[in-house]
Amino acid sequence: MKVSIRAVAVAAAAVLALTACSAGSSTSSGSSPGGEQKLSIGLVAEPASLDFTTTDGAAIPQALLGNVYETLVKQDDSGKIVPSLAKSWKVSPDRKTYTFDLVDNAKFTNGKQFTASDAVFSINRVKTAWTISLKSAMDVVSDAKALSPTQLQVTLAKPSNDWLFRMTTRIGAMFSESGVSALATDPVGTGPFKFSKWNRGDSIVLARNDGYWSTKPFFQQITLKYFKDATALNNALLTNTINVVGTVQAPEALSQFTSNSKYQVIEGTTNGEVLLSFNNSRPVFKDLRTRQAIRMAIDHKALLDTCWAGRGKLIGSMVPPTDPWYEDLTGVAPYDLAKAKSLLQASGAAGKTLRLRLPTLPYATSCGQVVKSDLEQAGLKVQIDQLEFPAAWLTTVFKNADYDMSIIAHVEPRDLGAVFGNPKYYTRYDDPTLQADLAAADAGDEATQVADMKKAARRLSEQAAGDWLFLLPNLMVADKDIKGLPTNAITEAFDLSQLSR
Amino acid sequence: MILRLIERTAVFLVSLAVSTVLVFAFMAILPGDPARVALGVNASDQAVAELRRQFGLDRPLPTQYFDWVGGLLRGDLGTSYVSKVAIGPQVFDRLQVTLWLVVAGMIIALLVAAPAGTVMAARHRQVSGLALSAVSQLGVAIPAFLAGILLIVVFAVKLGWLPANGWTPPAQDPAMFLKQLILPALSLGLVQGAVLTRYVRSAVLDVLREDYLRTARAKGLRPFQALWKHGLRNAAVPVVTVLGLQLATLLIGAVVVERVFVIPGLGSLLLDGVSNRDLLLVQDVVMVLVLAVLLVNFLVDVLYVALDPRLRTAS
Repeated sequence: MKVSIRAVAVAAAAVLALTACSAGSSTSSGSSPGGEQKLSIGLVAEPASLDFTTTDGAAIPQALLGNVYETLVKQDDSGKIVPSLAKSWKVSPDRKTYTFDLVDNAKFTNGKQFTASDAVFSINRVKTAWTISLKSAMDVVSDAKALSPTQLQVTLAKPSNDWLFRMTTRIGAMFSESGVSALATDPVGTGPFKFSKWNRGDSIVLARNDGYWSTKPFFQQITLKYFKDATALNNALLTNTINVVGTVQAPEALSQFTSNSKYQVIEGTTNGEVLLSFNNSRPVFKDLRTRQAIRMAIDHKALLDTCWAGRGKLIGSMVPPTDPWYEDLTGVAPYDLAKAKSLLQASGAAGKTLRLRLPTLPYATSCGQVVKSDLEQAGLKVQIDQLEFPAAWLTTVFKNADYDMSIIAHVEPRDLGAVFGNPKYYTRYDDPTLQADLAAADAGDEATQVADMKKAARRLSEQAAGDWLFLLPNLMVADKDIKGLPTNAITEAFDLSQLSR
Repeated sequence: MILRLIERTAVFLVSLAVSTVLVFAFMAILPGDPARVALGVNASDQAVAELRRQFGLDRPLPTQYFDWVGGLLRGDLGTSYVSKVAIGPQVFDRLQVTLWLVVAGMIIALLVAAPAGTVMAARHRQVSGLALSAVSQLGVAIPAFLAGILLIVVFAVKLGWLPANGWTPPAQDPAMFLKQLILPALSLGLVQGAVLTRYVRSAVLDVLREDYLRTARAKGLRPFQALWKHGLRNAAVPVVTVLGLQLATLLIGAVVVERVFVIPGLGSLLLDGVSNRDLLLVQDVVMVLVLAVLLVNFLVDVLYVALDPRLRTAS
């Protein structure tokens, strides 16, 4: 997650550099741009553990990735892969061997120097010690070795563009061999912040890492404070308990901040495609006309206005605008009630009852009602079931695929292949053409990848494998004077190192 | 007296044993696999099975039950499925927070209910008594979380006098602790107080109709003097019973109020445990709550006897 208004970032960096110089002249040592300044950020969903190698969920990498742990390569604000702990890298002509040149001045917070052997250890450890499903992205690696303390060579079993991209996510996090004994409570990384304190049930405190190898962050201390309730989160900002609302949970409550000059509201995009998923293994969804009819029966603009206060973006397929292969595909199945009705008549689905099983998440609950009413106007019957999230939904819909339709935001980056490329996934979508496009995209060079992914996204939309209701917006509210907040939230990390006042 | 104590102790122990079975059974039928929730979407069935084995969830239910109860008897609450941290110290930390809330709420409830209920009873035919009665009626109707939200809107957001949420341990910063305690304790205490007021009122009314009070009045004591000297101790007996029962309500109210005020107490631990399917943690927290309620009821029974000498010979 990076700032997407580059000018702001550059200006902020310039200011930081200036203040650093003046501070350096007046104080003898250890002084950083923001001195002792502190910041509190309000977030939802506290992590259950600090160990993202064995516990799933977005909350842990949000707090730790990029802040405490660093990766060899990371994504910049435009979605491009850029250097981090690796200064540069080369890909062999057969696209199977990657040679990384690493920075030589990075240190772990336990005092150990970061070297290529730590990188080898971290990469191998994903295969042996990690338990979460994301680890499978490392399966393609056949060998990793240290050519020198600053040079790392990774060999893949087959060419894969996806592997380098996944190295920007949590599986690319670099650990110290002597720092993995207590990952759940004592994380050790090379990042701009170090883990300071976890007040369970309340907050996680990160402190500036004064031995950081690159530009030190502005704030001396950043507290991530966790709220279960959207109202409590907003109240905390209104009463100065926190300075930033990291993720707005109730967009309809934004007006109290937009009308107040003390605050700034930031709106960007995320990777969160809110998908009306179809269980493609059900007979009723075997007919393309039924699937298209459902997409055409939904008035997406009106739906977004009703259930998410008009905030968000209509995308029309499984690609957010920050991916290089994004195209606006909202025109593939435009809202057309009459056509939807006749398609349903033709396919014989008219009058059938579909079970819409919704997780208890705000967007799913409110959008589900609109979907039901739209589809009933087109001649389907819809029965809504609420399933407690995560436990009940995961078992019923996700694992057992006991559903006709559901609504869930797929927030993982570049997840088109994961959601629709695997016939065993809960969408049960089996399309050899799509699978071939995805495989070609992964093996080819950059231009091929973009072209093939475009093809795949368009096919998905034309085949109506699901319906993309909208893309969740990245909404933040903050004190007016806070700079460096990321406009788009497109990675797992919440980059705190760019924040300043 | 001793016989009665033995009887009450036996009832307490049997209730406790039965509740362990019930709590365990409820957890066992709760849908949702803890291993799958911990591993998240996309986890392979093999990985889920492996984690179930690690958690010991693949063993027969009776084995799991006796392991759990055996641990409880040794004071070992086990290790959380999700955070991999020992549950005992966590529950102990959170319990301290919740106890502050419950005790403060109880004190506020008593401070409201005792005088208000007495006045309402003594003046039950006068306008002032009726007016108080109406106000308490309103208090009974408002749930604690709504009271909390209203208090936040007025005193934190609009007036800015007190913080809207958060928690500071008293040892760390006593002034901040008190500031943050006031609103949640009030939202618990006022609502409980309103309920309690009605019990105090009827208890005092009953006492007022007793012969000994008429005798006291006949000896020349003024109404409130008579009540103070002879009546309140007797009126306290039913009120203490109710107070014990109220504690359960207060604990449950605390669970909700903790959420509204973002307080890291037992309630928020319980809610997190439920949504993460951290079954062992939920079992432990629920057992601690059950134990607290049973213990208080037991103490109330004992106190009952102490307050009313007539009951000592009754059995």
